[in-house]
Amino acid sequence: MTSDLQSARRVMRRGLRISAVAAVLLAGVYVLALRYTPLEARQGLAQKIFYVHVPAAWCALLSFSLVGLASVMYLWLRDPRLDLFAASSAEVGVAFSAVMLTTGPIWAKPIWGTWWQWEPRLTLTLFLFFIFVGYLALRSALHDPSERARFSAVVGIMGMVLVPFVHLSVYLFRGIHPQPVVLKPSAPSLPIEMLRTLLLSFAVFTLLYIGFVTARYGIALAQAARETADAA
Amino acid sequence: MASGLQHALLVAAKDVRAELRSRTALLSAVVFAALVLVVFNFSRDPTALSSQALAPSVLWITFAFAAVIAQNRAFAVERENGAFDALLMAPISREALFVGKYLANVAFVGAVEAVALPLFILFFNVDFGRALPAVLLTTVLATAGFTAVGTIFSAMVVRTRFAELMLPVLLLPFMVPPLIAGVQVTSHLLAGRPLSEVWGWLRLLVLYDVVFVTLSTLAFSAVVDE
Repeated sequence: MTSDLQSARRVMRRGLRISAVAAVLLAGVYVLALRYTPLEARQGLAQKIFYVHVPAAWCALLSFSLVGLASVMYLWLRDPRLDLFAASSAEVGVAFSAVMLTTGPIWAKPIWGTWWQWEPRLTLTLFLFFIFVGYLALRSALHDPSERARFSAVVGIMGMVLVPFVHLSVYLFRGIHPQPVVLKPSAPSLPIEMLRTLLLSFAVFTLLYIGFVTARYGIALAQAARETADAA
Repeated sequence: MASGLQHALLVAAKDVRAELRSRTALLSAVVFAALVLVVFNFSRDPTALSSQALAPSVLWITFAFAAVIAQNRAFAVERENGAFDALLMAPISREALFVGKYLANVAFVGAVEAVALPLFILFFNVDFGRALPAVLLTTVLATAGFTAVGTIFSAMVVRTRFAELMLPVLLLPFMVPPLIAGVQVTSHLLAGRPLSEVWGWLRLLVLYDVVFVTLSTLAFSAVVDE
């Protein structure tokens, strides 16, 4: 039991170290974004939020995709570690979604002239947020670890399948969201300084995701070790 | 497979029979739907907004709320006296058991909607005219889809302490695509637009039904078996 707790602590510490490195790098991204990238011609300073908003959105989608994947794998392999990973990823994903959903309106108010717009991508990410808040609420209401793992895997999978339906059904309202500027069939249409900063920010946010999930996974391992120790 | 369907129908018949004997849940859900309609009528300024302008939203929100309330019942009734454990011991497949519970749930939600729709026409002075069959079809398609999700979620939330609160939180996001489709079809048809304009929505509903009925049926064994 104690060795389980010790290895859980090691995982947690490793996660915190990665997060610390990522946080320092994040400060670097802020400096780069504010000092070295050119001012966007039409949006001015408001565009700077792009270096936080887009990578946060990427991390949110990454976390939720990995929850879906881990859920499928859990129902197949029944390895409790997959469930703990899914739970950690969902929690971190909710945090990144919160960043995305708050930075979005802050940018939208001066640029679109409105805080919120019921536009396909916005609506979709809001729903992802709700699905995973529900996912975490269900987890916290269940006490039997096996039951919690099975139920949340089912919700995780159903949530993944719901995404295209939400997208299809809100797509018919035409969007005003900026079109992709990096990942699109033609070459990226933004200055090289902006692109470099954005790509660096993507890397830093991904590292932050890895750090957070590792730390959270360590906590989950420690909790699981406690639960089995209590049961014994 | 024929026997699987028979088993499913037996489970559904058991649920319907039990409900018809007590009628408590059915009557409460019907009264709840009527109350939602009444509350909606007073949530608008009658001098600014005609009841017809709001009608499609009112109809579908009433359906959605009543359906969420109604679906808690599906597995809550199995909790007493370990009825669900007995059901799990029955020599039938998990899929047949799920389909049976699902069909009973569709019947239950459908019964509530069957009362809510005439009340809605009466209260909101709506004339569907020749669009009525298409609206009924949309209701059937939407109900068939979200009830599948509701049935499997109901099986999960009965294991928690806050089932009545947990089900809406989990289920409402899943009800949004059918809800949007329902409102769009109803408002287009009420405005006298041709059926061809809402064809895409109906196809979306059929796709939703196929995907979620299949997925819920397959996932059910992961919910009830260790």
